[in-house]
Amino acid sequence: MKSKTLTSLAVLTAFGLGLAGSASAETLRLLTWGGYAPDEVVAMFEKETGHKVEVTLSNNEEMIAKLRATGGRGFDLAQPSQDRIAGPQAEFGIYKPMDLSKIDSSQFIASMLEATKANTTVDGEVYGVPHVWGTSGLVVNTAMAGSVMDYTDLCNADVAGKVTYRLKRPTLIGFAFSMGLDPFAAYGDEAAYQAIIDQVQAKLIDCKANVKTYWGGGDELMNLMRSGETVASMAWDTGGWKLNADNADITFVAPASGALGWIDTFVLPAKGKADQAAYDWINFVMQPEIAGMITDVAGNFTASKGADEHVSADLKARYQASFPPADVDNIKWYPPVPAGLEALEGAALDRVKAAN
Amino acid sequence: MTRDTPGSADLECLALCKQFDAFTAVDHVSFAVPSGSFFSILGPSGCGKTTIMRMIAGFLEPSSGDIRIKSKSVLDVPPNKRPVNMVFQHLALFPMMNIADNIGYGLRRQGMAKPEIGRKVDEALERIGLPGIGKRKVDELSGGQKQRVAIARCLVLEPDVLLLDEPLGALDLKLREHMKVELKALQAAFGTTFVYITHDQSEALVMSDQIAVMNHGRFEQVGSGRELYYRPETAFVAGFVGDSNRWKGRVTRAESGLLQITTQAGLQVTGADHGRGLATGDQAELFVRPEAIRISRQAEDLSHLENRMSGQVTTLLFNGADSRAILEPQTGGDPIEVALPQSGEYADLKRGDVLHFAWAGDQANAFAVNDQAAPSLEAQ
Amino acid sequence: MRAGNKLALILLLTPLLLWIGLLIIIPHIDMFLVSIRERVGVGKYQISLANYWTFLGEPLYLVTFARTAIMSVLATVLTLIIGFPVAFFIAKIAKGRLQSSLFLLCLVPFWVSELVRTFGWMILLRETGLISNLLQWLGLVDGPVELLYNDVAMIVGLVYTSMLFMVVPLVTTLESLDDSIIEAGYDLGGSTVSITREIIIPHAMPGIVSGSIVVFMLSLGNYLTPTMLGGKDSLWFTELIYSQFIVRFNWELGAAFGFMLLILSSAIIWLLLKLTGQTLEKTMT
Repeated sequence: MKSKTLTSLAVLTAFGLGLAGSASAETLRLLTWGGYAPDEVVAMFEKETGHKVEVTLSNNEEMIAKLRATGGRGFDLAQPSQDRIAGPQAEFGIYKPMDLSKIDSSQFIASMLEATKANTTVDGEVYGVPHVWGTSGLVVNTAMAGSVMDYTDLCNADVAGKVTYRLKRPTLIGFAFSMGLDPFAAYGDEAAYQAIIDQVQAKLIDCKANVKTYWGGGDELMNLMRSGETVASMAWDTGGWKLNADNADITFVAPASGALGWIDTFVLPAKGKADQAAYDWINFVMQPEIAGMITDVAGNFTASKGADEHVSADLKARYQASFPPADVDNIKWYPPVPAGLEALEGAALDRVKAAN
Repeated sequence: MTRDTPGSADLECLALCKQFDAFTAVDHVSFAVPSGSFFSILGPSGCGKTTIMRMIAGFLEPSSGDIRIKSKSVLDVPPNKRPVNMVFQHLALFPMMNIADNIGYGLRRQGMAKPEIGRKVDEALERIGLPGIGKRKVDELSGGQKQRVAIARCLVLEPDVLLLDEPLGALDLKLREHMKVELKALQAAFGTTFVYITHDQSEALVMSDQIAVMNHGRFEQVGSGRELYYRPETAFVAGFVGDSNRWKGRVTRAESGLLQITTQAGLQVTGADHGRGLATGDQAELFVRPEAIRISRQAEDLSHLENRMSGQVTTLLFNGADSRAILEPQTGGDPIEVALPQSGEYADLKRGDVLHFAWAGDQANAFAVNDQAAPSLEAQ
Repeated sequence: MRAGNKLALILLLTPLLLWIGLLIIIPHIDMFLVSIRERVGVGKYQISLANYWTFLGEPLYLVTFARTAIMSVLATVLTLIIGFPVAFFIAKIAKGRLQSSLFLLCLVPFWVSELVRTFGWMILLRETGLISNLLQWLGLVDGPVELLYNDVAMIVGLVYTSMLFMVVPLVTTLESLDDSIIEAGYDLGGSTVSITREIIIPHAMPGIVSGSIVVFMLSLGNYLTPTMLGGKDSLWFTELIYSQFIVRFNWELGAAFGFMLLILSSAIIWLLLKLTGQTLEKTMT
């Protein structure tokens, strides 16, 4: 009886392993942002490669927390921002190195690929390649809050009570730049960084009376701006462009001190099981036509070379209106966050929230 | 305890009616309960007696009619202000309070001073024969003790009328017999007017000064237990109060109150209509109590009685003092139940023995068969 | 036969033991172990109570902790005050179909997710929302009024979210109160107030306590309602725990916070049981 069970178990296991090993079709468990894997693209990919795709939507913090909780298990491909790879990798070891030979690097905008590789290198191994990039800055109702040109303008008296922003790290960084400080330069020096954060904290506490509420999710922000309950906010460029489509007065404004640039990447979780499918997905979505489709859905541009031609004219026009060439050069790209900085920022954010 | 002039009514109900939608639960009931008396309403379940009680207590509003306590209408008085108190069917002691607090509840509500309440509660406990149990919890008492506490809880308030809603129903037989006597004694001791409702005729007969027999929302008869038992005015009362042999038949001769009736089974019997005026040819129902039937081993002992028969013993129902025999009349017809005298002469009676039996014509109550259906047996 | 019984017992108990072991005991042990870890370098940890000292040394954390406790107690008390008459009506006054439909009405909000429920309140309370517009239309206010993003909105949300969990145990205990006991109270001269105080509330105490425990725990552990309705000053302890775990990657401090929350809720429930003279067994049956 016992031996029989064992035998059948062994047969089953062998069968299962054989299947997994021999079949080229795999299931790709993708941990990504909303809009980065449109149904249409998924269907095309499945048809072309035979792989299946399971999409889980998330954000930077949750992606990392999820992978940390499982030690990098449960997903085959994830898309955190490029500044959130080196730190968590050094601390928790949740990713595995990329085999760059499996990626068609000719499809990438070379400068962006190189920058991402540099930022995601830990112990000589490269962990990430770029996918979608964008900026955060200001979304302003220009008819009612024309004075808001920079982050600190959110604290102006003429918009008191009509302002919203997130109580998250981009706000700290943005305010720091707007106050003439350079937080990125201080990343390596904890004491200097603390000094910057302290100043920003004081400013945010002063500014608190101006704030209607700290927004938490994209929908909440959209509602606040659309209803006119708030007239200026800190937000992503795509949010501004989406609102612009409904109300021409509202649009994304690149702040005078520079928009904050982020790049969402592709990384392989440490215990991912469908690496081939993951590489196939990367090469598939970086094709210019596919990348254009993703841009149309997500609203943000990709690191795919030549994809701009496939993006709708509307979106291009909004992008150009928000980003005159000088503003593009002024984008502050996030460098990798050293492990442990989040704790300093978190304490500051907590104090802002607690202040009256 | 001071009372009004003896004989004056503590409680009067005048043409009391209660309608529930199309159903008439209480139909023009009028009665008066003299001060200090024990008044019972006896009837099968669903006859409307509980409805009357709840109207008196104030939990239901009459559809029409009036309720007067000490000659004053109480219709506008809410239940917590009426000078009546009620002992509920399941007693409704407050389980969240100890015994002393249960008894003192009403006094506290009257705003009596604490030491005074304590004194009154102790006194009440003394009177119900349960001194010193004030600190106990409700569920630590036996059924009979709870009963007494429930009554004491009402009586400390010295109500004009105490209502009791089948309070003995939940007790076992032995305790019930005992409590009957005790309730009567308590009533006598406190001198309070009791209105007691029950479906148990023996409770009503033993305790009451006056009993109202109720059926279908009406009072059939009001009288002492003796009157109800020996002189029922309706077939319902005759059937409901006490046991009876009953026959249906036709009046073949009517002469100055004495009737000759031929039963459906062909038995020739005599009965009395006690002024109800039955005439020849009427359909009649005849009730004869088992103890009204005399038995003898010799026919000549019974020669002075009108209805003489003989029959064979088919069943002996031994029940101590209340033993009976069921006889099969030799002339045919329904079996007849007779009471066996306990003087010893029938101690050796066996099945199959032949006995002579007879009853006086005026002991057989005849009623015209009319609209009112006689109560079914289970109602007893 | 006896061996068979034993086997059956083991089989019956296994799911329960697995449930308790895997989902309650092991995670808590693990969380405790994490909470007594201190990060001393990249990927390096040592055992210490530093996280607890951080909690005790930072006024912000203590203030949030106390605020969460007080607001949860307040939400619980309000839920009880609103829920009690509702429960009494359902249990004692409403009959038949009305009774079951009222009960259903309490349940309806739980057919949608908590998120949707909270959004519902946001639509009602916001500056351009229903109530604000209604007040303007009625001419009671001159301009739009902001009812969202304050502690009152948060408490309203908490009370709404927990109402069912107060009403159900109350209805159950009140239904077990014999009507004739209430009638006896009136009969003996009790007023509505005194009957409520001396008879109905003491009888309903197990239901009050168990409802309060559940509502208190739900409020204390709520995350969505305080963050979404509370606005910029709405500090809630679960928010701190969430941000330690998810945003700051500081699981050690988050675990310590989690333990403090566990201790807090246990202490307040213990206090409640002591004050009302109830036992956990009595209230949970």
